[in-house]
Amino acid sequence: MTIVLDVLSWIGIVGGGILCLIGGLGLVRLPDMYTRMHGAGIIDTLGIGLILVGLMFQAGLTLITAKLVLILVFVFFTSPTATHALARAALNGGHAPEVEDDGIRLPIDSPDQENMTPQVNVSRETDSSKT
Amino acid sequence: MMFAVAAIAVLVTMALALIRALKGPSVYDRILAVNSFGTLTVILISVHGFLAGRPEFLDLALVYALINFIGTIAVTKFVTFSDMGHGGGQEERGDI
Repeated sequence: MTIVLDVLSWIGIVGGGILCLIGGLGLVRLPDMYTRMHGAGIIDTLGIGLILVGLMFQAGLTLITAKLVLILVFVFFTSPTATHALARAALNGGHAPEVEDDGIRLPIDSPDQENMTPQVNVSRETDSSKT
Repeated sequence: MMFAVAAIAVLVTMALALIRALKGPSVYDRILAVNSFGTLTVILISVHGFLAGRPEFLDLALVYALINFIGTIAVTKFVTFSDMGHGGGQEERGDI
């Protein structure tokens, strides 16, 4: 029984470590801030999750496993929230994506932000007219 | 042995995140890298608790996870509005 738990722990820890390294490489090598968020997401979900599950197999059914589950739940809820807030702050701050998708320019991806500013103004006008 | 492998992988990943935090062109790159660094710190504290045979370190990891989230949100809000006490309900752009 112990050897089964050890093998499961090894699988979780090695898989989580490899995914953490892949996410770190993506964080360094990807070309854009919005694509680098993908690398950070790999670290935050599967890298963290697999390592914690591997630790849980070593801890057994004790209070330690309950704490590990709590850490897992907190990271799973807070990490997407922080990434969403960061992406929204970057878009509001005029940080346009640099990567083009199959040659199609994104609506926000204009050199002097001609497309972004009128949209913001239109929404402000409609909101002020409502109130 | 098992925990040492996990600690080494996490440490190398922390070094990579630190590289991005040091050379990130915009401030949002740095915030993203520091957020990842904090998440990896949570894992490193947990693994160190197992490595040293003292699982009480998990409490520290739990608190660090919460503070990391609050710190990231606070820095993002400060960078966006240049004001920590910005009320989000009165302007159309909204809060984070």
